[in-house]
Amino acid sequence: MRIALFASCLADTMFPAAAKATVLLLERLGHEVVFPPEQTCCGQMHVNTGYQDQALPLVRRYVRTFEPCDVVVAPSGSCVGSIRHQHAMVARQAGDEGLATAAEAVAERTFELSELLIDVLKVEDVGAYYPHRVTYHPTCHSLRVLRVGDRPQRLLRQVRGLDLVELPAAEQCCGFGGTFSVKNADTSTAMLADKMRHVIDTGAEVCTAGDASCLMHIGGGLSRSGAGVRTVHLAEILASTEASS
Amino acid sequence: MSSRELVLGRIRQALASPSAVPVIPRDYRRGPHPVDLDLLVERLVDYQAVVHRSSDIPGTVREIIGDGWVVVPPGLPVEWQPARARIDDGLSPAEIAAADGVLTAAAVAVAETGTIVLDASPDQGRRILSLLPDRHICVLRPEQVVASVPEAVARLDPGRPLTWISGPSATSDIELNRVEGVHGPRNLHVVLWEAA
Amino acid sequence: MSTFLGMPVHAPRGVGHLRGDEPFPAAARTALANPQLRSNLRHATTTIRGKSGRVIAELPDWQELRSAGSALKTYTMANMPRLLEQLEEKVTAAGGVVHWAADAEEANRIVTGLIQETGERRAIKIKSMATQEIGLNEALEEAGIEAVETDLAELIVQLGRDKPSHILVPAIHRNRAEIREIFLREMPGVDPALTDDPAELAGAARRYLRETFLSTKVAVSGANFGVAETGTLAVVESEGNGRMCLTLPETLITVMGIEKVVPAWQDLEVFLQLLPRASTGERMNPYTSMWTGVTPGDGPQNFHLVLLDNGRTAVLADEVGRAALHCIRCSACLNVCPVYERTGGHAYGSVYPGPIGAVLSPQLTGIADNASLPYASSLCGACFDACPVKIDIPSILVHLRNQAPHPRTEKAAMAAAAYTMDRPRLYQRAQRAAKLAELLGRKGRALPPPLNGWSASRDLPEVPDESFRDWWRGR
Repeated sequence: MRIALFASCLADTMFPAAAKATVLLLERLGHEVVFPPEQTCCGQMHVNTGYQDQALPLVRRYVRTFEPCDVVVAPSGSCVGSIRHQHAMVARQAGDEGLATAAEAVAERTFELSELLIDVLKVEDVGAYYPHRVTYHPTCHSLRVLRVGDRPQRLLRQVRGLDLVELPAAEQCCGFGGTFSVKNADTSTAMLADKMRHVIDTGAEVCTAGDASCLMHIGGGLSRSGAGVRTVHLAEILASTEASS
Repeated sequence: MSSRELVLGRIRQALASPSAVPVIPRDYRRGPHPVDLDLLVERLVDYQAVVHRSSDIPGTVREIIGDGWVVVPPGLPVEWQPARARIDDGLSPAEIAAADGVLTAAAVAVAETGTIVLDASPDQGRRILSLLPDRHICVLRPEQVVASVPEAVARLDPGRPLTWISGPSATSDIELNRVEGVHGPRNLHVVLWEAA
Repeated sequence: MSTFLGMPVHAPRGVGHLRGDEPFPAAARTALANPQLRSNLRHATTTIRGKSGRVIAELPDWQELRSAGSALKTYTMANMPRLLEQLEEKVTAAGGVVHWAADAEEANRIVTGLIQETGERRAIKIKSMATQEIGLNEALEEAGIEAVETDLAELIVQLGRDKPSHILVPAIHRNRAEIREIFLREMPGVDPALTDDPAELAGAARRYLRETFLSTKVAVSGANFGVAETGTLAVVESEGNGRMCLTLPETLITVMGIEKVVPAWQDLEVFLQLLPRASTGERMNPYTSMWTGVTPGDGPQNFHLVLLDNGRTAVLADEVGRAALHCIRCSACLNVCPVYERTGGHAYGSVYPGPIGAVLSPQLTGIADNASLPYASSLCGACFDACPVKIDIPSILVHLRNQAPHPRTEKAAMAAAAYTMDRPRLYQRAQRAAKLAELLGRKGRALPPPLNGWSASRDLPEVPDESFRDWWRGR
């Protein structure tokens, strides 16, 4: 299958490993990956901070860029959440019904990585090897906006060598929330402290998730605390093989 | 312009851009469902009510309050009247509060939630009767029990003053744990009446 | 210009409790620095989440009930004028008197006047969000009328000269030891041997209020539901203080927000299942009282219903925001909110805290007066899932953020970001510049203001040597 990658601005700029891993994983599974270079950002930060008018060109850009594609994948639950639940709303708010309809159509073909693997490509065992103790944080937008459910865990359970340990209070937000972590830094920090405590309590070496943004947040806290737990994007774990490790 | 006209005018103005109004989906359970008396008992007990099964109401009342006396509504069936009872013929609040208990019938009970509903019929009396005494003994006829809340709502007359009671007086105000016993009766006895 | 006069207006300033003294982030900082508060909140919200989850799981049709509740509320909003007129007609026919209050001041004036007409100087009160919202107690005090809160948590707040911090349990921020101290210090006639056993504390409140219940001739309540079809009012409670207030006095005054109207009697079958399970986590709350007007020989013989606007019509005017009026005040969204759990209710400034408060308060007052509240959320979505009438709180928060006044520097930064993001080449140059900036200048891993709040507790990731798109191009 020919799959278009929406890398997301954050992974493109700060966490290229997650986007690269998505490419390598899908290619290993026998699919062709394309990267339309006109893509930039889904506009989620603008929408969620209250700048819908400024998000409009970004919505238009996303829709135009990916309109020709049959299937789009993004290694980010929150970007796909925004694409699915906010793009048409932003277009309608601006009175552009044509864009809204097009946005809905593209959104229907845009998938978060675990959705793509399980629902579209029908694969649970991606042939990965990752000999580490791992805990999974189900990010809020994957969990409650996309409702990916246990898809990520199903994928992780098939990874050879991987010891998946349950994260206590997993469904609680890590406190990132985009600009929330800046505007309400103290509250965000308090939420992060609890998340980190739970992660550290699992004894895992690695905390994984399907969102680079939440991982940046949790990873930033873990790094500062010197706890020795790393954050690794789900795509990187699924892309790992005996050869790569 | 009166405030009535003002507020109604504002509402009409606010609704100039209407929302799409859905058909109300009523696909939740509405009954009628078979009644499970054991479930009622379980749920009553779970909320700290004491449940009795009896065909001898005066005897059961005696078991519950010993030598004490109860206040009873004027329309309580004669065969339920305990020996030491005072009929409410306009008793003062102080007189009602002085009783060792109150004995009433009920209008409806809901098994699923462990709820009894009083509707101030003559066999239940004024609302104050079941409020001030510290012990409420409520006699329930099996045919008054329904399975679920919708069935209870359907049976009740909204024109009557209604009191839905689920267990004795309680509060969740201290650390969000349920603690029994604040202002209402601290002891609730439900007697499932079994015709002799 | 009757259309102009009829325009929806926000709740007035200077009366009531819908506005805080400081923005949310500042108020939250104070709360976060209080470990006792955080421990109390964590304990209470964890307890209620567990209880509520268990009783909700017992119902096979919880989702169907939520859908019905949501649809009923949408229907109610769309038909509000007719439903309120019907409610008024039915209450009047049953012997009640209906009053309309355009705002808090008018409602306070009406209630004060009604109490003065009875000649009484004291009123007993059932916990009611509407009367807290309008600052009724303060208005009564000014008129020389004592308002006695009879709900246990309200009593704790009133005796402690404190503010409510939760919709359902206004004293949720107090633990049993603190409650004992407040009682020992402030409750006249309290037993000095009082322990912090919750049953004993409840018993102390029972003894303290008993005589007041029996001797007070006026009560003020709110209402959970007002049924248009029948004129029936409902109050859902636990302790029996509600029954006392609704049964013993000669005069009952009920203040009800206009959005609390329910179309038909039958509709209570939905809300009476949703509310207790979502709220206190009980299959059914201990007591629910329902009354229609006046019943000769039973209960208050004078009944007044005050229908309150106070900004509600302004909320109703917003097509997206109006769903905030669907709220049945269960407080489930507070109990699941990770922000509320850490800051408590006082940080929100308004009597409506938590996620629902963050969407309701700014709409009632106008967004300028509560501009920080729509941002008091990480948009985690737990509130939406917990809401028994399916209010999409995260979407309303986003909607309100779009209306909120924005700081100038943020506005400039957002505009620059959007400009860059819409130009892939410029975007690519910015990506490379980020690496360069890091190599050249940044010592440690901290950000300059206003972003330093982030880096105060978290390391920033290092900018990678190569962006993804550079890697892709080089493949």
